[in-house]
Amino acid sequence: MSATTTRRTTGPTTSGTTMVAALNAALRDAMAADPAVHVLGEDVGSLGGVFRVTDGLSAQFGERRCLDTPLAEAGILGTAIGMAMYGLRPVVEMQFDAFAYPAFEQLVSHVAKMRNRTGGRMGLPITIRVPYGGGVGGVEHHSDSSEAYYAHTPGLHVVTPATVADAYGLLRAAIASDDPVVFLEPKRLYWSTEPDPIAEAGATGAGEVAPIGQAVVRRAGTSATLLTYGPSLPVCLDAARAAEDEGLDLAVVDLRSLVPFDDETVCAAVRATGRAVVVHEASGFGGVGAEIAARVSERCFHHLAAPVLRVTGYDIPYPPPMLEKHHLPSVDRVLDAVARLQWEA
Amino acid sequence: MTIVDDSTTPGLAEPPTGHGPRRDPAPLLPDPRPVRVLGTDAAAAFDPGLLHELHRQLVLGRRFNQQATTLTRQGRIAVYPASTGQEACQVAAAMVLSSQDWLFPTYRDTLAVVARGVRPIDALTLMRGHAHSGYDPYTHRIAPLATPLATQAAHAVGLAHAARLRAAADPASAEDLVALALVGDGATSEGDFHEALNFAGVLGAPVVFLVQNNGYAISVPLARQSAAPTLAHKAVGYGIVGRLVDGNDVLAVHRVLSEAVAHARAGRGPVLVEAITYRLEAHTNADDASRYRPAGEVDAWRARDPVTLFERHLRDVGLLDDARADAVARAAEELAAHIRAQFDAAPAPDPGSLFEHVYAQPTAQLREQAADLAARLALEADGTDGGAA
Ligand SMILES: Cc1ncc(C[n+]2csc(CCOP(=O)(O)OP(=O)(O)O)c2C)c(N)n1
Ligand SMILES: [Mg+2]
Repeated sequence: MSATTTRRTTGPTTSGTTMVAALNAALRDAMAADPAVHVLGEDVGSLGGVFRVTDGLSAQFGERRCLDTPLAEAGILGTAIGMAMYGLRPVVEMQFDAFAYPAFEQLVSHVAKMRNRTGGRMGLPITIRVPYGGGVGGVEHHSDSSEAYYAHTPGLHVVTPATVADAYGLLRAAIASDDPVVFLEPKRLYWSTEPDPIAEAGATGAGEVAPIGQAVVRRAGTSATLLTYGPSLPVCLDAARAAEDEGLDLAVVDLRSLVPFDDETVCAAVRATGRAVVVHEASGFGGVGAEIAARVSERCFHHLAAPVLRVTGYDIPYPPPMLEKHHLPSVDRVLDAVARLQWEA
Repeated sequence: MTIVDDSTTPGLAEPPTGHGPRRDPAPLLPDPRPVRVLGTDAAAAFDPGLLHELHRQLVLGRRFNQQATTLTRQGRIAVYPASTGQEACQVAAAMVLSSQDWLFPTYRDTLAVVARGVRPIDALTLMRGHAHSGYDPYTHRIAPLATPLATQAAHAVGLAHAARLRAAADPASAEDLVALALVGDGATSEGDFHEALNFAGVLGAPVVFLVQNNGYAISVPLARQSAAPTLAHKAVGYGIVGRLVDGNDVLAVHRVLSEAVAHARAGRGPVLVEAITYRLEAHTNADDASRYRPAGEVDAWRARDPVTLFERHLRDVGLLDDARADAVARAAEELAAHIRAQFDAAPAPDPGSLFEHVYAQPTAQLREQAADLAARLALEADGTDGGAA
């Protein structure tokens, strides 16, 4: 069953489709298409998850296919590993970014390594959905950006949608992948809407799902290139619009997939302008932005008019909600970085 | 202390939603006296064919442990956590399983893996340092040896649960399988052990957990590990059955594990079995056990060597004579010679394999890195200075 034939389950409404609804549709369609797909996690059953991403799945597919588990993240992921060993395709929901940490050992020591340690005989097609990031007024432990931990672990794919269409397409791709995928859902964008994103996601052409590992240029530009992903994409698009007033034409690249990393699209977009700023919410030190800046410098050095800059969260524990706006990359901080790209030289 | 009798107070006697006490713990409780069969009438119930097979496996198992330890001294195995003294558990764990069942072993359990049919050289691949795992988990229905303590217990639960999900969804392809997870006494302190037992209880998964309580986690004795009456008592907190067995009595281990597997297979829920045993060697060849346990303690346990105990029984009941003992000893020597020959014939690991199987399809970055290493190796093979660039 293809994505386009099943997408009617959660169709676009007049007010548009939210990212939550698109994720829900992706799960529903994946479960309808493949009986091996099983959802498990905390409160994913009758409640539909604390963000309602699994809404209605246990009613439609039964409690066996959408299982409310005991409250134990290592147990959830460990159980999912055993299920995947037996040929199922588990989709695990971690309730929040910071509450995925108890599962870290299972993720790093088993999920990421099983294919390699068994000489390719035992792959684990597990999707681990993690709502992540701040900007939602969450009290502590509800706003972490944990992507660097995952991206630093060979054997995992790490993807994060920034649009409603990608939320659908990338989640279908993650579930279809024979490799484990950490699927980071930007909480801040859960309630953002698009007119008919699922039709768009279904219309990618080649297959029924968007491919993992491809960045996309969201906005072409000639002055400088903003490299970003997930919750920071709207910030960068706003910054690009604001920069127009200053006569700057900024390109914006949405990475979508941190692992595998699309060097080709990123480097082409940087070479086209000769200037780059990496923007993400996570702390800067040792972050994904550091890797991107290094890769761009190594590959595009002779095209660069200025050092690659980063706009990131500060190197502090995630702040309390009343102060988070100072921590998060803002349009102003992005524009300030752009202004420092040695224009006069 | 006066305990208030609130049974007559309206609204206090019965919680309205039924999440008060839910079951009688008595049937779950282990008998704190470990089950023993050797030296009891129960020993007569065993079929002589099975007794001879158990004996052969024990003797071969002991020889396997000795040979692997010798290979560490020769530098041909990087590290070997011997199960010498625990062979009754190792052998019984493999023998109670049927072909459709799954075994989830730890680093200590290479012998159980061999006893289930994996070639010794393949079972020892991890310890040789050639590859992380040397056997096909699906061919043998054995998960790779797990080193992160207790993590494998949850995998066993998930696999057993998945088998029941498949059976429910598609009865034609149903497999009545049981997953057996092996765990050490120290590993029962890990959160993953607790979570696995809890999930097993809640899901009612057909899993058996065998804790080989050898008294130590490297240097730390059990008393520092747990204040539980026995480790088998931990089962009760998860609503699953706990059983305690003498881990050096191969017939007792075989019987208790067989019953546990049958219980799980019949859909009656998981079982936690604690086998009290002892490792006669150090934690691994890299460990110095004299730093944490007295020689006298080891000697006392040598007197309860599971192989000797069983041979004594077999001779007592007339099932073992010198001719049979010699034949089994010769088979053990053949096994040892066979292992040495397999080691001699084994090819060196291929550096090209480093980049294989990280993902189903290598990423562009991994292809670049593989090409880089291949080019360096080609330069080295040419005798050119590979470090010049
Ligand atoms: C999570 C984790 N922590 C620490 C270790 C290091 N370690 C390896 S074996 C071991 C002792 C385990 O003792 P026990 O569970 O009793 O098993 P035994 O070695 O006695 O068979 C330790 C601490 C590990 N492998 N995994
Ligand atoms: Mg121990």
